[in-house]
Amino acid sequence: MTQTLAASSVLPSQQTGRVGALSAVIFLVLALVPFGAAFGPESYVLGLFTRVMVFAVAALALDFICGYGGLVSFGHAAFVGIGAYAVGILGAHGITETLVSLPAAMLTSAIFAYLTGTVCLRTKSVYFIMITLAFGQMAYFIAGSLALYGGDDGLTVRLRSTLLGFPILQNDRAFYYFVLFSLFVVYFVFRVIVYSRFGRVFRGARENPTRMATLGFDVFRFQRVGYVISGAVGGLSGFLLANATEFVSPAYMSWQRSGELIIMILLGGLGTLHGAIIGAAAYLLIEEALSGITEQWKLIFGPLLVLIVLFARGGLLGLADRIRGKLGRD
Amino acid sequence: MSTGLVVVQILNGLQFGVLLFLIAAGLTLVFGVMDFINLAHGVQYMLGAYLAVAFYTLTGNFLIALVLALAVALVFGLLLEFLVFRHLYDRDHLEQVIATFGIIIFLNQAVKTIWGAAPLTLPIPEFFSGSIALMPGLLYPVWRLVIIASGLAIGLLLYILVGHTRVGMLVRAGATNARMVSALGVDIHRLFMIVFGFGTMLAAFAGAMIAPILSVEPGMGDTVLILAFVVIVIGGIGSMRGAFLAALLIGLVDTLGRSFAIDILRLVMPPSPARTVGPAIASMLIYVLMALVLYFRPAGLFPARGR
Repeated sequence: MTQTLAASSVLPSQQTGRVGALSAVIFLVLALVPFGAAFGPESYVLGLFTRVMVFAVAALALDFICGYGGLVSFGHAAFVGIGAYAVGILGAHGITETLVSLPAAMLTSAIFAYLTGTVCLRTKSVYFIMITLAFGQMAYFIAGSLALYGGDDGLTVRLRSTLLGFPILQNDRAFYYFVLFSLFVVYFVFRVIVYSRFGRVFRGARENPTRMATLGFDVFRFQRVGYVISGAVGGLSGFLLANATEFVSPAYMSWQRSGELIIMILLGGLGTLHGAIIGAAAYLLIEEALSGITEQWKLIFGPLLVLIVLFARGGLLGLADRIRGKLGRD
Repeated sequence: MSTGLVVVQILNGLQFGVLLFLIAAGLTLVFGVMDFINLAHGVQYMLGAYLAVAFYTLTGNFLIALVLALAVALVFGLLLEFLVFRHLYDRDHLEQVIATFGIIIFLNQAVKTIWGAAPLTLPIPEFFSGSIALMPGLLYPVWRLVIIASGLAIGLLLYILVGHTRVGMLVRAGATNARMVSALGVDIHRLFMIVFGFGTMLAAFAGAMIAPILSVEPGMGDTVLILAFVVIVIGGIGSMRGAFLAALLIGLVDTLGRSFAIDILRLVMPPSPARTVGPAIASMLIYVLMALVLYFRPAGLFPARGR
């Protein structure tokens, strides 16, 4: 069912060029934001765009399994939360080194993904959506019961992670570029994976699992590897989130958060990777702009989502494409 | 853990299960017949509760308030169907999730704007207030028994409607193969509207009935919605019988788990960790149950045939 929404699996060469140009523009803009921010309310703008990039990492993880694997996970916020808790818990014991907490965050999320994936991937379509939701809720309630680490109230991360013992990430700008670098690496790695042999099998399993199985591929194992990769990247985004907000809470894992991630990738256009970044930016910036206008911003935001679904198929990028197509014809 | 307490908690579990059934029934019909994920179903439940409170303040009579609330909820639900949902039936599940998520965001905020963020209360109708003695020394609130009874009555009504009427036959056929039903000359869109309106009213009814014993507040539909989804997935999507049994199962497991988890854990571990672990295990219990069911029966306990 998802394939109708996703971009075609093999891009024609001129489109590949366009994708390259588009992502180059995205990263260039993100790299230049701090310079622009210096002229305005710097810490506010830096904070906002750091948040955008953190969620873009999580959205990329979701777009990978959802857009390319056809596996709609409604519990992806759990991986983000687990990554964040790894930072928080290690920090509470005085361990703040990035080289420890970052692998710990990714590994814990990967293990959680492996265990839950083994169960989830036995189910299909709607049942998959619901069982990932169930595991997300489980993680949410476990986090809320960690009385030692704040329970429902969450816990404060007193110090941002250090890098090789140096507190350089304390600097907002340095942290901004650290997050940007992470986002770039994740984007790049996913691009490579999608076009690799593994990626072709993974995408093939979305289009027609039976045919892939007939060709001799163990679809379940391929999907599980994809799920684990996605979970680990979710953990990375959690690591960044905990450091960005300097706070960890079970609310990071609530099902509404998982829903927001799905909205982000749909806003940007499913199965495009750069769409995940654009979607995360669009979602958070629209939210920020509307909440600046009125306290009742959700009265506008809700209907806006409905309108986007009704009238902008393929997300904002799809809309842009169609507008361009119309202009080109006139 | 006295017998009396166990009986009371079993009744509470039944009452919760019946409530879940009222919500899940509409959800599983809409989902089964139209293949439509309606996250906004939980808001209909919230709306039912709010409308009941609003009409009660106007009229001062619970029964009139209930009828008016159901009527308005029905009109509102059909309006939503006409404006939004109708255009989503042949869309991807993901898009349905987003659009209905948008409606949740909107309605939660709208309710907050109109009635305020503070929880509202609705008095229990006088005739049913108070408690009766189930056993010597064991009092139980009458209103909760009324909820159980009305839920079971609606369950029976649904059983007759779905199993033994023409519309019910079409609904079952639609759950199995909607396209075929349409090809046989049935106006499938009218059937959808009937099913949708009926589901909406059931959810609103649940909201209005539970309002006297629960605080009515924005977002009250969200938790219930997730539980209702758990119910229909465990029961098998599109299956009314499955929804009924799964709802009672979930209601009982959740309620009993919450009341007795700490006591049971105390048998195997020292009291202090039991007090911290107990509530967490209790809240997870139904999700564990769901994962187990789906692991062994990937299409739920009573899968509707043909899907």
